[in-house]
Amino acid sequence: MNTYAKPLPAITEQSRPFWDAARQGRLELPRCDHCSAFHTYFEPWCNACGREGVHWDGLSGRGRIWANCRFHKAYFAGFQDDMPYNVAIVELDEGPRLVTNIVGLAHGTLDEMPIGMPVQAVFDAVTDAVTLVKFRPAEAA
Amino acid sequence: MALISNRKDSVAVVGVGTTDYGNLPEHDATSLGIWALRNAAEDAGIALDQIDGLVVQRLSDYQKFIQITAMSPRLVTATPGAGRMTGGTIQIAVQAILSGLLDTVAVVYGNDGRSAGARYGGKDDNYGTGADQMWFPYGMTSPGAIHAMAFQRHAAMYGTTSEQLGAISVAFRRHALLNPTAVMRKPITLDDYLAARYICEPLRLLDYCLINDGGVAMILTSGERARDMKQKPVYVRGLAQVSRLAQGELPEDFGYAAMQRASQRVHELAGVGREDIDALMIYDNFTPTVIFTLEGFGYCPRGEGGRFVEGGRLELGGQYPTNTNGGHLSDSYMQGWNLNAEAVRQLRGGLPDRQVPGAQFVQYLQGGPLSTSIIYGTEPN
Repeated sequence: MNTYAKPLPAITEQSRPFWDAARQGRLELPRCDHCSAFHTYFEPWCNACGREGVHWDGLSGRGRIWANCRFHKAYFAGFQDDMPYNVAIVELDEGPRLVTNIVGLAHGTLDEMPIGMPVQAVFDAVTDAVTLVKFRPAEAA
Repeated sequence: MALISNRKDSVAVVGVGTTDYGNLPEHDATSLGIWALRNAAEDAGIALDQIDGLVVQRLSDYQKFIQITAMSPRLVTATPGAGRMTGGTIQIAVQAILSGLLDTVAVVYGNDGRSAGARYGGKDDNYGTGADQMWFPYGMTSPGAIHAMAFQRHAAMYGTTSEQLGAISVAFRRHALLNPTAVMRKPITLDDYLAARYICEPLRLLDYCLINDGGVAMILTSGERARDMKQKPVYVRGLAQVSRLAQGELPEDFGYAAMQRASQRVHELAGVGREDIDALMIYDNFTPTVIFTLEGFGYCPRGEGGRFVEGGRLELGGQYPTNTNGGHLSDSYMQGWNLNAEAVRQLRGGLPDRQVPGAQFVQYLQGGPLSTSIIYGTEPN
């Protein structure tokens, strides 16, 4: 039996569209009905303009690495075999920032994924129900 | 009659008590707090029943605390165990005394994190909204990882280096060598720092604070009462807090704007400038915090924090002796409390080996999401 041992997202009714879109290979986030700010949390309130009401909107999946680090300690048992593993924050072209992993690197070291590096979303179906949004280096333009 | 007396007076710390720090499994957090408060009361020369306000932090069982100490305060309240709450907890005591509602308030902290197996990072360490969906599936967790990422940004923007972080770690360890009760007293060099294993790269073991068991208590009262008490009073000259919780765990300015506002306010209240400060007590959960905090509170230009900490500037004998007890990195992670205790002890004077000569003003700096600063002084405002 091939069990997935890493933490899985606690999907709620508010977040389900995000995860449904990811399963279909699309990146969508909640967007304020009033001021159009994107949110990376799943609440009905806008932290930019303070009003209520969000809709879902698609993003390009293009962005740049905004921050990075590499874990040498396993806080989750499921990551033990991946050590050391990288985590990045990617700033999407549309503005919001997502916590993610950078894939498609030769060794996964921090110098291969510097801050500012262009990246592109990829969709990793880790289980039947959950697809994670990860990023790989963008193709040279 | 007005609801409060609007006492026109100062507030002073008249008692400080600390426990041992380390692995103390025979005590829970409440018991550690009781131990600390008993020491503080003895230090102040008062009985526990002379304390009319009790504010406890982290030790969650205030009822047991009262049962065992048989106190009967007129205010009992408890604040959460996060270190960001420390400055605000002291603020509650200061406000209660200044308002005239209470005369003598104890602030008590107890932490059994080491023997109770406290974990920073992992599924039970979840601040704010969304980490269980947007962080944990990618393996993102822990305050250390946040600070690793923040440091990476600072390094990319300003050229800050690991060696500069190492200078902080080495400086505070040197201070711990002069403090017989510090937990980590093994000398370290910059090479030792660089050879330490990564926890969350680029941060190493020696960038992280030390989780231990321990307790700290302070007793505060009005300046008028303080004059006749056992110890030389240490006055709370100014206190200011500015929240930046809305900017999330990793604000793009490293918390600079919030700290600048707190800084301006605390110096206005205290009536003293940075040039008057004799020593700093900086909340050092991780070494990068020290750099962000020095910048935010204006001790060096923005982006210059890495260069500022080089050359022994934070060491005893340097321009701004900082965390003279060893700080969270080498004394113990008492979440700001041991730093406030050290501020008071420095201002009383006469510390063996680590006394800052002639210290008149010491500033506590707490960066982070509840940026707070306290300026303590030997004279009232």
